[in-house]
Amino acid sequence: MTLALLAQQTVESIPFDSPTIDWHAFAPEATLLAWTCLVVILDMVGLERARRFMPGFTGVGFLAAMIPILTLWNDGATRSLFGGAFVVDRYALALKGMFLISGYVVVLLSTQYMADGDYYDSEYYELLASSVLGMLVMSSARDLVSIFVALELLSIPAYLLAAWRKRDLKSNEAGLKYMLMGVFASAIMLYGMSLLYGVAGDTRLTVIAEKLTTEGTKPLLTLAALFTIIGFGFKVSAVPFHTWAPDTYEGAPTPLTAFLAVASKAAGFVGMVTIILFAFPGQSEVVEPFMWVLAALTMSIGNLIAMRQTNIVRMLAYSGVAQAGYIMAPLAVYSKVPNSGVSAQSAIVTYLVIYAAMNLGAFAVVIAAARKTRSGEISSFGGMLNYAPGLTTAMTVFLFSLAGIPPMGGWLAKWQVFSVLLQSQSVAGTTLALVAAVNTVLAAFYYLNVAKQMWFMPAPDGDTSRVRVPPSLVAALAITVVATLLAGVTSLVPDLTDFGSAIALGR
Amino acid sequence: MTDFLNDWGIALMVFLPLVGVAIMMVIPGQEEETHKLIALVATVASAVMGVLLLQNFDYDRTRELQFLVDRRWIEVINARFTVGLDGISLPLVALTLLVTPLVIVYSWNHIPEPGNAKAFLILMLVLHTGMLGTFVAQDLVLFFVFFEVVLLPMYFMIGVWGGENRLYAAIKFFLYTLFGSAFMLVAFLALYWVTGSSTFNLQDLAAEVAARDISLRTQVLIFGGMFLGFGIKVPMFPFHTWLPDAHTQAPTQGSVILAAVLLKLGTYGFVRIALPILPEAAVEWAPWIGLLAVIGIIYGALGCLAQTDMKRLIAFSSVAHMGYVMLGIATLTNFGINAAIFGMVAHGLITGMLFFIAGSVKERYHTLEIKRLGGLLVQAPHMGWILGFTSMASLGLPGLAGFWGEFPAILAAYNPAPGLSVSLFRTYMVIAAVGTVLAAAYLLWLLQRTAFGTPKEEFAHDDHIHDTVFTEWVAWVPMLVLIVVLGFIPSIVFDVTNAPATVVGDVFEALGR
Repeated sequence: MTLALLAQQTVESIPFDSPTIDWHAFAPEATLLAWTCLVVILDMVGLERARRFMPGFTGVGFLAAMIPILTLWNDGATRSLFGGAFVVDRYALALKGMFLISGYVVVLLSTQYMADGDYYDSEYYELLASSVLGMLVMSSARDLVSIFVALELLSIPAYLLAAWRKRDLKSNEAGLKYMLMGVFASAIMLYGMSLLYGVAGDTRLTVIAEKLTTEGTKPLLTLAALFTIIGFGFKVSAVPFHTWAPDTYEGAPTPLTAFLAVASKAAGFVGMVTIILFAFPGQSEVVEPFMWVLAALTMSIGNLIAMRQTNIVRMLAYSGVAQAGYIMAPLAVYSKVPNSGVSAQSAIVTYLVIYAAMNLGAFAVVIAAARKTRSGEISSFGGMLNYAPGLTTAMTVFLFSLAGIPPMGGWLAKWQVFSVLLQSQSVAGTTLALVAAVNTVLAAFYYLNVAKQMWFMPAPDGDTSRVRVPPSLVAALAITVVATLLAGVTSLVPDLTDFGSAIALGR
Repeated sequence: MTDFLNDWGIALMVFLPLVGVAIMMVIPGQEEETHKLIALVATVASAVMGVLLLQNFDYDRTRELQFLVDRRWIEVINARFTVGLDGISLPLVALTLLVTPLVIVYSWNHIPEPGNAKAFLILMLVLHTGMLGTFVAQDLVLFFVFFEVVLLPMYFMIGVWGGENRLYAAIKFFLYTLFGSAFMLVAFLALYWVTGSSTFNLQDLAAEVAARDISLRTQVLIFGGMFLGFGIKVPMFPFHTWLPDAHTQAPTQGSVILAAVLLKLGTYGFVRIALPILPEAAVEWAPWIGLLAVIGIIYGALGCLAQTDMKRLIAFSSVAHMGYVMLGIATLTNFGINAAIFGMVAHGLITGMLFFIAGSVKERYHTLEIKRLGGLLVQAPHMGWILGFTSMASLGLPGLAGFWGEFPAILAAYNPAPGLSVSLFRTYMVIAAVGTVLAAAYLLWLLQRTAFGTPKEEFAHDDHIHDTVFTEWVAWVPMLVLIVVLGFIPSIVFDVTNAPATVVGDVFEALGR
């Protein structure tokens, strides 16, 4: 028997159906993947001459990938690929849109920063695009394997990027810490996932959900669920798994910090929400109390530590920890609220979208201000009202939005979270809402502290020369200010309450 | 015209100042005169819209919402853009429309240190929109947004243009108010979900609460959340400590607006939202609100007697005066609520006026320390007389506006709504009456030590001290005239407020039976 014959027999003996691929559903990922390859080719062909085209070229790629998202959104149908492992619905599309726009804004933030420093900038944009690709996949992933692959695809480039300022020890530390913690978290999550697979015998979340209700032992399930959630807990920097965040944020290049704080964190939330809502709809008695404690701890400790920070990036890092607490709060009552209307899922997605706008904006101001002050201290923002009124106004919008003061967008995000908590009409929901209410006051204190410096204090070194803001940063600021303001007073954030069909698969 | 007003009147009145803000944003800050002019035009335009509305308002139907606009807004959370004007809103809207332009006129040559008229006036216009919006909003979400919008400009106004201790005062003001409104937000959402309402419309919510059998405990707790939000804004006794600091440190314009309008957001919230929507809980809370109100009256008055700073004294008098307003509300009768609304308007005019004078005194003497002042009547006779007049109004002299805020509130406590302890409220009445004596004491004492006598040595030959100037006259005369007019013809306000206040009062009449 020849080897060829043997191979043929083997192939024929395995039943294999070539999956029908809905290319339209897959178009955003395909576009971005193809474009990333183009960026790499451009880099190889053009070398040094291509460098200055890189940011613009990558940015166009992100925008190009938005086109299929818009057509899919208009189409409105839920598309399911690969046996349900990859689902394109409004939930996924809203998130993909957010990731692409965030990616675009991060490119705008990076343009001048990367050009000024002596960095490898072509590779920077290639890795950034790969990471965003992982986020797109994450939005659609409904299967343990695809979730894990997406998570690694979005994380590994980020580990490299965090250490991009390679001559700076702090940046080295940032990258190393981020990678070690990330790998550690992946390992824990994989352990949880393997237990889940062991109990359910399938990797698809919907199937797992069905199997878990009928079989499986409680202790094993609890362990599996908690390990999986803890894995994401690292990614979203929930207390007590947040310790890497401030160091990594401080050391990494600031535009990349913005990316980590917004997009990467959001991707972690997407994974967490997807797994909890699709795989554990019946396990609420285990998951909800855990999420209650995690949310309450995260927002309280994040806020308390943020108050003590003197470095703006570290402050934003801890504020991001606290915000993560609000974002995960709806998961403490997810089984007690209906799937339609303001559900846990829609509240979280709304929060993530608004959070992306306001936090990216805050980082944009930090990057712009640092070009003049060369400092990350909050006190270096003193007196900016007089020499940089535009930046001051923009930062005020972002800070008050983060604090949740109307009419800036942040209030709507908070309102949604409170709404879900109170909709549950349970003791858990109400108490967590009260904890969150006290926390908004704590948070206002340190956001106002930055506003205080900018508005009330004199410039620390008396240097009141104007800040020159490069055009790419102006564009980033314009996008984020407009989005933040409009989100608060109009229906800018689309009605994301129509997730009924997607969740129905999960229950 | 009527159709136009019905559809656009209120929206234009509320948002025209923001158009001014947009224009001012693009004009460079050096052109201060242009900025002042635009700010004045924007507020006057808003006031003109308001006057047109008042003209076309049907005064026979004050209990109904007029010029009602109900449009889609943020659909995700079922929030609608619902605004309307009725007899409760109308006096307060009118007060706001009057005060802000006057404050801007006053600012013409009184831009406080460190200057930057552009930013100052922009914040003032944003504040104006926020205050007007709060008084016309008929949707809980919209109300919440406007209620919070005023925080930001006031914070910056105190922090940038305030006195020595401005940073502390600004953050204290902000955090206190935010603390209250965070719990208010929780209460609003709890109310929404407990009633199962499909909108945040105030009237719908009230109807839902009445129709459903919601446990008293839940109602009382939800009322508690609102109480924190509104009570801190008023401010009621244990939460009042932000007020003296904010008032003392704020620039004159900020103090005037704070006293004249901002404090009313809290009391208005009680009358508009808390009482009508949760009447059963209100009956449970009323004795406590009444208690805190009379404590506020006495404590505020005693606080005044202990002050050495003129502005701080006026601030504490605010605590006492708002105590009368809250006492009126706590009686849960139409008489008390009428008195409360009149009290809000009267306090707005009188205390606003007192802060104007304090600001002008500060500008001339560079101090407000009472023991260094004296002989104002000698050095600036007009201003001295105005101070005397306003002090008389503030202590509740019959014939001036202050009387009609205090006296009916005290009288209302004699006969509270059925279901409330009569003996308890009559005790409150007696205590509140003692408060008026104290009010006379501290105001006359203030007048005696600042206006009478001879100027102190250090200021006796100071050429900088001059009498009232033109912009001051323009800003003050309307308020002084109104204080007299409302004092003689209080029915101007009572005729408007009586019908809607009766609607609120009748609910409690019915509950008590």
